[in-house]
Amino acid sequence: MSSKPRTVFEKVWDTHLVAAPEGEPAIVYIDLHLIHEVTSPQAFEGLRLAGRGVRRPDRCVATVDHNVPTIKDHRLVIADQIAAKQIHTLRHNCKEFGIELYDVHSAEQGIVHVIGPELGITKPGMTIVCGDSHTSTHGAFGALAFGIGTSEVEHVLATQALPQSRPKTFRISVDGELSPGVTAKDIVLAIIGQIGTDGATGCVIEYAGSAIRALSMEGRMTVCNMSIEAGARAGMIAPDETTFAYLKGRRFSPEGVGWDEAVEQWKNLVTDEGAAFDRELHIKAEDIAPQVSWGTSPGMVVPVTGTVPVIAPDDSESGRRGFERALTYMALQPGVPITDIRIDRVFIGSCTNSRIEDLRAAAKVVAGHHVHRNVSAMVVPGSQAVKAQAEREGLDRVFVEAGFEWREPGCSMCLGMNPDILSPGERCASTSNRNFEGRQGAGALTHLVSPQMAAAAAVAGHFVDVREWTYKEEPGYAAVS
Amino acid sequence: MRPFRKLTSAVQPLHRANVDTDQIIPKQFLKRIERTGYEDFLFFDWRKAVDFELNDPRYKGAQILVAGKNFGCGSSREHAAWALHDYGFRCVIAPSFADIFHSNAGKNGILLVTLPEEQVEAIMLKAETANPDADGGYKLSVSLEDNMIHDNNGFSTSFAIDSFRRYCLLEGLDDIGLTLRHEALLDSFEQKHDDAFWFTPKPHVAA
Repeated sequence: MSSKPRTVFEKVWDTHLVAAPEGEPAIVYIDLHLIHEVTSPQAFEGLRLAGRGVRRPDRCVATVDHNVPTIKDHRLVIADQIAAKQIHTLRHNCKEFGIELYDVHSAEQGIVHVIGPELGITKPGMTIVCGDSHTSTHGAFGALAFGIGTSEVEHVLATQALPQSRPKTFRISVDGELSPGVTAKDIVLAIIGQIGTDGATGCVIEYAGSAIRALSMEGRMTVCNMSIEAGARAGMIAPDETTFAYLKGRRFSPEGVGWDEAVEQWKNLVTDEGAAFDRELHIKAEDIAPQVSWGTSPGMVVPVTGTVPVIAPDDSESGRRGFERALTYMALQPGVPITDIRIDRVFIGSCTNSRIEDLRAAAKVVAGHHVHRNVSAMVVPGSQAVKAQAEREGLDRVFVEAGFEWREPGCSMCLGMNPDILSPGERCASTSNRNFEGRQGAGALTHLVSPQMAAAAAVAGHFVDVREWTYKEEPGYAAVS
Repeated sequence: MRPFRKLTSAVQPLHRANVDTDQIIPKQFLKRIERTGYEDFLFFDWRKAVDFELNDPRYKGAQILVAGKNFGCGSSREHAAWALHDYGFRCVIAPSFADIFHSNAGKNGILLVTLPEEQVEAIMLKAETANPDADGGYKLSVSLEDNMIHDNNGFSTSFAIDSFRRYCLLEGLDDIGLTLRHEALLDSFEQKHDDAFWFTPKPHVAA
């Protein structure tokens, strides 16, 4: 082995190089291909038209998440004919090509980026792709995981490999201790606010530092999930004892001697002392306050203690026009304090923040309170397993008693491909990942926040600094455990 | 895939930065299972505004779109490339592009040209202010054969592009075929790799 110090990314990359033809992108082997209903039908059709098969159906896992309604009775017969046809097409394709599908009524169904890790399908050192930009989530385990387009989905189905030009490396170190009430979501929003939505284009980010090490796997997934919102190809965190403890005993994790052998391998997936990065950024955890996005891009974000900006951060012509347009679209005046912004809706869910820990944190805030009379709020668990766990802990009762709706798993109002959309002009505190114009419905106004901040806003009817929250009572789960 | 060699066309300015793929094609059109027929859904919400640039008759038939930085950010939906293609765009010029969109555009024969922000702003300004009746209006010529762009108003520049991407666009190549040139290497790699069971998604059920 070469003695040159390497980064985690380089180690995973090197282990998956099938070929490195001169003057061409490298051919990278793909260990796991996650599939959902929206970005796959044209890929399977392409295979059929070219007379090709699926090379490794055993390396594919499919589920339905984007289109599925989140009201139980609406999942039996899906009223939206076009959505129903797309889901049916996935069923047909998985059957024809021998791919395991966690269908709408299976106990494993959920958002593709929630079920991969919770089933132990996602593992350190893997290469993982999916026709979905938030595939970066799986990088939390020290996997190289990235989103691809439908032509690339077809490519991976046919060859189990992808031509890839080697990305640059970017280490973001977050050191120190987060204040109580400040979360993984606030870390990643603060990073995007600092470097911009194209700040990491062409790069794989490695998140490092004591504040990242201190995060749970759920928190690490939240951080890696939004790497794409900074333009990154992928985000990664080196696996450690927290990672191994999360994976041990999961359904598809290795067992016995196999487990020990796997952990020995995974322990090598650290960035060597002295390994070089193309870029570095250092952030102090103490400087991060709860974040709230004010505009129509995830980079348009300020601390909850701040105001809607008065001047455009980017003073190019396009930048100024974008700033004015965002203010107009969001119906906000420059200089208005964030805590003065009143909301109509709250959405707790999405591949960013719908895991058990997110729901526990939100439940703790709302326990003993009630949703504001002008607000309608919903919780959409990330998977059937998260939903079942939350119900065992009594979190569903906490939410329902506080006036939240408790729904079935799916992507839901993060992008509103199913019936869960906002009406034009409705303003939403959302734990999702994108505040683009129309993302949650045409004319809808989205503010990105952490689960705790969303829960507090639901109760108050406007944004509040959750660091000053009055906790009323312990939610049910504390009594159970 | 249709090869891209040279193109001379009117220019469609889109004076916005960070144009995300949710704007290029909103989610409700992602439920279709077809690969074509997306032209009417391109910039669907923005086109509802009468003063949106794409509704300006001066730019009708333009095959070159010129936009602000970080074009195509956000969702990986290839439908964005399909919609641009089906509407008639064969080339997009911007100061920068998002990675996944860059790849998707190439797979659909759309040439993405990265130029410095000042040059992009200058082209947009010329397109917006040109007299549509003089010399048949403002036009750009893009040649991938010699990596050159010039307009009918004295501007000329070369542009850089990854050599392999250029080759695929010039030849209109299906890159699944290109990867399968390495099939023997792929077979031997895969055999060794499968033995390292922690790389397999589901070791309990793997045959």
